[in-house]
Amino acid sequence: MSLSWSPKTLAEAREALAQGATKVAGATDLMVTDHASGREHASVLNVLGISELQGIRVEGEQLSIGAASTFTLIRQSPEMATHAPLLVHAAATIGAAQIQNRATIGGNIANASPAGDSLPALLALGAMIAISGPRERRIVPYNAFHTGYRTTVLGPDELIERVFIPLPSPAVQIFRKVGTRAAQAISKVVVGFASDRLEHHRLANVRLAMGSIAAVPVRLHDVEILIEDHPLTADLADRAASLVEKTIWPIDDVRSTAEYRRHVAGQVVRRLLLDLLAAPLA
Amino acid sequence: MSPTYRFTLNGKPAEVAGPPMARLLDVLRRDLGLTGSKEGCGEGECGACTVLLDNQPVCSCLVPLFQVEGAVITTIEGLAQGQAGALAQGQAGALAPDEKATELQRVFANEGGAQCGACTPGMIVTIKALLDRHPKPTRDQIREYVSGTLCRCTGYERIFRAVEVLTGQRPAEGEPAAHSDEVSRT
Repeated sequence: MSLSWSPKTLAEAREALAQGATKVAGATDLMVTDHASGREHASVLNVLGISELQGIRVEGEQLSIGAASTFTLIRQSPEMATHAPLLVHAAATIGAAQIQNRATIGGNIANASPAGDSLPALLALGAMIAISGPRERRIVPYNAFHTGYRTTVLGPDELIERVFIPLPSPAVQIFRKVGTRAAQAISKVVVGFASDRLEHHRLANVRLAMGSIAAVPVRLHDVEILIEDHPLTADLADRAASLVEKTIWPIDDVRSTAEYRRHVAGQVVRRLLLDLLAAPLA
Repeated sequence: MSPTYRFTLNGKPAEVAGPPMARLLDVLRRDLGLTGSKEGCGEGECGACTVLLDNQPVCSCLVPLFQVEGAVITTIEGLAQGQAGALAQGQAGALAPDEKATELQRVFANEGGAQCGACTPGMIVTIKALLDRHPKPTRDQIREYVSGTLCRCTGYERIFRAVEVLTGQRPAEGEPAAHSDEVSRT
């Protein structure tokens, strides 16, 4: 007989975590892989009801997002719309209503799919992850969270408690996703872009993050530096696109070819910069 | 022995003993005899298994049994009246008919919103949730809501029209359904 736990607090969850229970959030990926593989769990821990994982609010210098927040809640939150429209836009492209009503930001992070749509948005926003363990809570920068293909720093007895977005958040926030269909599609290329905007078509603090093009979501630092060092022009957009194509090493898989991904990734960045060029100065 | 989970199903208390990670879809269809919810893809892509979990549409193939403890579940049977409702009543207790959904089902049939029928239970449940939030939905709101419930027959146009007819945004155009008692009386 397998055991299930549905704690209301982190303190109550610790016994289940100590026993190695499988953490279950919205289960939108877990149920699919379990059913396909026939995998069974000795015990399961429902994290959705844990009070410390709830709520979206501004706390001092950061936006604090409970790990159990569904993408529907993220889309509906006024605080999210004000400070992190990039993540709201990403949330709107994850599955459709049925998935957004269940899938959580913490689950998307812990699941660590290279194609996770919220993940480049989190990288671009400079997110920090609060992880609760048996004794202590630690804060890990999101860019240090992934250790390899579907592996993370999260221990078996730890869970993601909250996600912090430092405030003030970037003035420019842009999300782009290329898939086969607006709803439901898993990304071929997904892009999160954030920066501050200076005068004379100059961008500062550029963060350009991509998913579906490597084993983990990544920032393209060389491209960021190129964009920061030059005024925004059509020529810069072309050069950034070329550099993106040289920088990334995507793979062929069931959803796309490496060649297609490389080309599209460059063009997404080019158009994103051209759109910024066309937009009036803030 | 499996643990027991309690929840509210179509307005009545339900109690199910089963593995914690049993799919809600299987519990509904196999254990409770509510076969209105269909399995299409089993991966959360097609929406044929959509039910309302605390009034929100979700794919029942992706919901583990242990997470519905204490929740309120509504299936297509909970929205049905007439024969489908009567069948469900025999198996899951008396069900309160939902007038809006019932009217939706009638308009759906008349406007050609249902053709092969495989997506229809999930579609009706999804649209019920849409109408609860947006009593006069725009075309874009309808499109977004049903984007997670795949239909390969209608091209969606007749589904959109059915919702618009129901919400008084478009005159009825469909042929009266020959099998409908209501229509044959007119």
